[in-house]
Amino acid sequence: MKDSVGLGKVKKMKIGLDVGSTTLKCVVLDEKENIVYQEYERHFSRITEKASGMLYRIAEQFPQTPRMQIAVSGSAGMGLAESLGLPFVQEVYATRVAVNRLLPGTDVVIELGGEDAKILFLQGGLEVRMNGSCAGGTGAFIDQMATLLNITPDEMNELAKDYEKIYTIASRCGVFAKSDIQPLLNQGARKSDISASIFAAVVNQTIAGLAQGRVIEGKVVYLGGPLTFLSELRAAFDRILGLTGICPDHSLYYVAMGAAMTPGSQQFDLAEAAEKIVRYTAKESYKSCQPLFRSQEEYDAFCARHAKDTVPQVDGADAREVYIGIDAGSTTVKAVVIDQDENIISSSYLPNAGNPVPLIRDFLTDFYRDHPHARVLSSASTGYGEEIIKNAFGVDFGLVETIAHYTAAEKFRPDVDFIIDIGGQDIKCFKIRNHVIDNIFLNEACSSGCGSFLQTFAGALGDSIADFAKRGIFADRPVDLGSRCTVFMNSSVKQAQKDGASVENISAGLSISVVKNALYKVIRAASADDLGEHIVVQGGTFLNDAVLRAFEQEIGREVVRPSISGLMGAYGAALFAKKHAKTQSSILTADQLKSFTHKVQAVTCRGCSNNCRLTINTFNDGRRFIGGNRCEKPLTNYTESERYSLYDYKRELLEGYRPQTGFRGKIGIPMGLNMFELLPFWHTFFTQLGFEVVTSPASNRKLYLKGQATIPSDTVCFPAKLMHGHIQSLLDAGVETIFYPCMSYNLDEGKGDNHYNCPVVAYYPEVIGANVAQIQQVRYISDYVGLHRRKDFPVHMHKILCKYFIDIGLKEVRAAANAAYAEYEAYLAKVRAKGEEYLALAREKNLPVILLAGRPYHLDPEVNHGIDTLICDLGAVVISEDAVSHLAEKFPTKVLNQWTYHSRLYAAAKLVGDWNDPRINLVQLVSFGCGVDAITTDEVRRILEEKNRIYTQIKIDEITNLGAVKIRLRSLFAALGLGKEAIQ
Amino acid sequence: MRQETERVEFTQEMKKDYTILVPNMLPVHFGFLLKVFEEYGYKLKILKNGGQAVVDAGLKYVHNDTCYPALLVIGQFMDALQSGEYDLQKTALLITQTGGGCRASNYIHLLRKALKKAGLDYIPVISLNLSGLEKNSGFQLTLPLLRKALAVLAYGDLLVLLHNQTMPYETEPGSSQRLMDRWIDRLTRQMSSGKGLSLKEVRANLNEISDDYAALPILPRRITKVGVVGEIYVKYSPLGNNNLEAFLHGQDCEVMVPGVIGFMLFKVDNRLEDIKLYGGSRAKYAVIDLLMQYLTRIESAVIHAARRHPRFVAPSAYQQVKKMVEPVIGYGCKMGEGWLLTAEMIELVESGYENIVCAQPFGCLPNHIVGKGMIRKIKNLYPQANIVPIDYDPGATRVNQENRIKLMLAVARETAPSEQKKPAEDAVPVQ
Repeated sequence: MKDSVGLGKVKKMKIGLDVGSTTLKCVVLDEKENIVYQEYERHFSRITEKASGMLYRIAEQFPQTPRMQIAVSGSAGMGLAESLGLPFVQEVYATRVAVNRLLPGTDVVIELGGEDAKILFLQGGLEVRMNGSCAGGTGAFIDQMATLLNITPDEMNELAKDYEKIYTIASRCGVFAKSDIQPLLNQGARKSDISASIFAAVVNQTIAGLAQGRVIEGKVVYLGGPLTFLSELRAAFDRILGLTGICPDHSLYYVAMGAAMTPGSQQFDLAEAAEKIVRYTAKESYKSCQPLFRSQEEYDAFCARHAKDTVPQVDGADAREVYIGIDAGSTTVKAVVIDQDENIISSSYLPNAGNPVPLIRDFLTDFYRDHPHARVLSSASTGYGEEIIKNAFGVDFGLVETIAHYTAAEKFRPDVDFIIDIGGQDIKCFKIRNHVIDNIFLNEACSSGCGSFLQTFAGALGDSIADFAKRGIFADRPVDLGSRCTVFMNSSVKQAQKDGASVENISAGLSISVVKNALYKVIRAASADDLGEHIVVQGGTFLNDAVLRAFEQEIGREVVRPSISGLMGAYGAALFAKKHAKTQSSILTADQLKSFTHKVQAVTCRGCSNNCRLTINTFNDGRRFIGGNRCEKPLTNYTESERYSLYDYKRELLEGYRPQTGFRGKIGIPMGLNMFELLPFWHTFFTQLGFEVVTSPASNRKLYLKGQATIPSDTVCFPAKLMHGHIQSLLDAGVETIFYPCMSYNLDEGKGDNHYNCPVVAYYPEVIGANVAQIQQVRYISDYVGLHRRKDFPVHMHKILCKYFIDIGLKEVRAAANAAYAEYEAYLAKVRAKGEEYLALAREKNLPVILLAGRPYHLDPEVNHGIDTLICDLGAVVISEDAVSHLAEKFPTKVLNQWTYHSRLYAAAKLVGDWNDPRINLVQLVSFGCGVDAITTDEVRRILEEKNRIYTQIKIDEITNLGAVKIRLRSLFAALGLGKEAIQ
Repeated sequence: MRQETERVEFTQEMKKDYTILVPNMLPVHFGFLLKVFEEYGYKLKILKNGGQAVVDAGLKYVHNDTCYPALLVIGQFMDALQSGEYDLQKTALLITQTGGGCRASNYIHLLRKALKKAGLDYIPVISLNLSGLEKNSGFQLTLPLLRKALAVLAYGDLLVLLHNQTMPYETEPGSSQRLMDRWIDRLTRQMSSGKGLSLKEVRANLNEISDDYAALPILPRRITKVGVVGEIYVKYSPLGNNNLEAFLHGQDCEVMVPGVIGFMLFKVDNRLEDIKLYGGSRAKYAVIDLLMQYLTRIESAVIHAARRHPRFVAPSAYQQVKKMVEPVIGYGCKMGEGWLLTAEMIELVESGYENIVCAQPFGCLPNHIVGKGMIRKIKNLYPQANIVPIDYDPGATRVNQENRIKLMLAVARETAPSEQKKPAEDAVPVQ
């Protein structure tokens, strides 16, 4: 070993600069590739400033080596490197170089970054997986969740150490996760458990999204910020993967080290390079929109116009008779007290730090103290936390938030015909027709047009949401970010920053994009006329002038923004309370409040197979409130009331197809997708042929997780993903023959122009065959079958069977086919007869009916999340589309009516329109990611609206927030004055 | 039938003086098609408008969860119609309708919905399909027209193929492009005088094109070879794939994009496969088989022309490609690009294009199966395959897409027996 300095030579040193989405990392390696310098910092998008700073510091540190090799890497480094002529090393590639050098023998690298998640399989055929357009399961996601819990990620890590239970949280997208976590918080779940659950969600997301069929095993290395800093995240990976991974020294710097180690870097003069970076002002090439305001005068006029819409806020210190409205929203808690003249005498707008109960207790305590003479005549609560607040404080009424908002808006504009409320993570819009809520738009699967969206970006720049939005008011060239999901927006913003957009222009751009998202994604309006003439906007997000202005610009119409925009829900609740006031409110008095306590306990309900995670809230006087339940069962004094649900009936029928011992042995059928409808057919067919037909067990979360590692496309619909679990269950059960045929065509019911299956239903057996390695070890029959050609079917099926069995004759197959077709028809006939029976029964008993329309596989409770039951609990009869579609004549549609299942949807919609019975309404279930439903939903809506019927759509996914679904359904029932909502 | 009464038909009357707008997908091929249609008295115009305005128009008028190609194609139409450039009383729109089980068969209806939303529903929309889905008295795909239209696709396929194989190696920058432009010009002129459209003339032209390309001086150098497969629109259209080919060229790659004739063969063959799999009329089979044979002759002409010079990698014949995919996926898988997409990946790997970009619109249904769904199996059979699936949609940014492609390229350059690698720098010098 010779010392190069000793030889008088100039040392060769290498710099690796890793420009990540949120942080900047830098290492200096000496000739032996030892780290002699390292630095890590958050760049807050000030990449050039921070990067040049690092280079200057390195130059200071090593005055004797003014020239070094420099290589840039990182997801945000490409543009910088290209503009400066520095070598760029793709970051995953860099990781790999460093790992191969420093940790030889590594099998798998899991690297999580700010907005990136990667898995590298190093052995047995290199494979590299990066998260695509989705940033779920990354550092940004964890940060976002920490913000939601009002703690730091480090605190989250500490809390997670003593978790007791894991909740199911979707991490595919921050949006979904939030809607899972918020109800947990509102129901008082422990933060420890939630923290650990978030980490588990990240792990599941990484595995489901990136492993794509490859098993993670052997020597596993954890890299990147989140895995370095969060021991409990590593523990979660270890636990779920069933191994012990290594988090090496310098685990933050592998990308930087790999970049430095990659051959081919050139020598640069450090000072010069730093200088160049400082001077580097990115070309302003981003797309922009028109500015929000061109001048101060314009802004002043705008402010003056909106200043008119106010509610008098009076002192009211000696008010006598008052009404209280509470809106426990997803991210904020609002409370309003009004007097007899409906003036506001007290109000509160606070962030919901996870538990609204103490906030309301304090509010009430303060109010009673300041208003000793006040007598509460009535009170009402609304919002996500409606139930718990109602129970905790003895509030008189609970009302669905849509009604609360309408009540408030009507006060400002009696002729209001459109309300849009943009809150923290929800958008609610509704049309009003004849003073009745007519059409509701809720963002169920996406929060891109919401306030928390702005908040996330404000937080990243270290601003409050209000200050951040304000910055955009006079932006000259707002960035055009289009309308898209929050997760995608991160990278759009990243790109805009790269292209030199200022914070002001990004802020304005985000405000505009919030509006565009709301208009084009949630409401999908083509013009202002689609909305209405008298529009009231509300919700905290509209308190930002930039958002309000963007909205007016976008729709080209002036709107009303009440001064209490953020309090409208609570104000509406107060007005509602006043309207329905009795003589004395049941709300806790000042004395009762003094002894008020609230304890939370988490348990798992064993009432049924759902195993709901319940939170039991206990109050000082022994009252209890249970949250988290899907049904009414865990609640005391529950008795099963009569339930009329065709979903129940169909499930019962399918359960009747039991295995019967046969001389040809077992044949397994996975119970997913189209098998939900074809089981009667195939069960009969194979039983007749002497097979014992066994089916995979009922879906549940565990079954899903069993198969998740073999899912190749993370954007396919959940019912398809679930198929992997069913196949795996059959394999695990030792079934040696699995039958799951490909079917381009479905049976022709004569209602459409063709009778296809959707591509996923048609060909998913191919995906199973190609991605479930273990399937090779069994006899997997996935041939192409055409049930639509009844005459040809036996011949072709016989040919197929001959490939696998030697002794099956054509005659047998013919007989089995005849029996199978007959059984299938008999099954449909039973379903249809039951449908008619329920319709008749509903008319007779005057019960509302929900035609819950979807696909046969929406029958699966793991897919529909018990929405059918929820509807029954609201007091309605549930029927399905296939129970009535035969009643409709074929009719012209405005789309190509070419899928059998979808034709039924159109037919069902047509019937609901034609019956014109206000008690019968259609609710469409749509699986997230179902491309075909992008077409069917619009058409079903059109068919219904042509007949002035309300269209309701519920998007369902792997995880679905039943809270939001409930709001939607309650609003529908309230709008119709039906079911349990009718009582109010 | 569906909405026959409401639909605005394209009548004989209209044929006289209407301009028919056509969305752009294959810039070279469509130029030739235009000429064929002109010969039959149609006035076609291929839309060139692009950029954010098109995306915005799409987002505004089409359900945002619909596939990206629908959004772009309809966006391009709406943007053009609202540009003031066209006399809207004398304008019709032409859109393809495949009639398969994929969402794409519904583009035409989504377009009509968009027109209605914009108050332009008086504009006739012509469905270009081979399935007899919608008919128009003023627009008829007669057999001679169809034959010629299919034949000129051969020009497009060969020109693109040879240009892609020549351009990265050309001695004189721009020479390959100039040759292509010259040929486009020459062929267009031929077609204007009714020539170059019969199979015989097509063959002669193809051979001459091949000879001309073979005569271009090139530098022997080894660069990364990348194949592109995908959903047909984002595979070909620069508007759909963020100028993917140009990006790859910028990264010093040779690009191979399998031609469109294979797709036509596939779509026709599907009808034969349906009959084989599920049963059907023999007479129908015979008729379709004739069309199949004609297309095969066109295909052979292209292959033959490319094979004239050992310098070029000629595409494999359709039947051969079909054979390659047999162990991987069933022939019944026909929606969208169906098994052909999987087959093209295999063919690319087998002909030396082991690095593949699989381009699809975000959430493309058939691609869940034949693209992403089959990569695992292909990799099992061909461990050298280096495939990166890239999603395209209005929200997916270039940075992300390019970053992923760069990763694929980094792996390609490392695993390839690369002569560019300098071992001296690879090892750490200890002095």
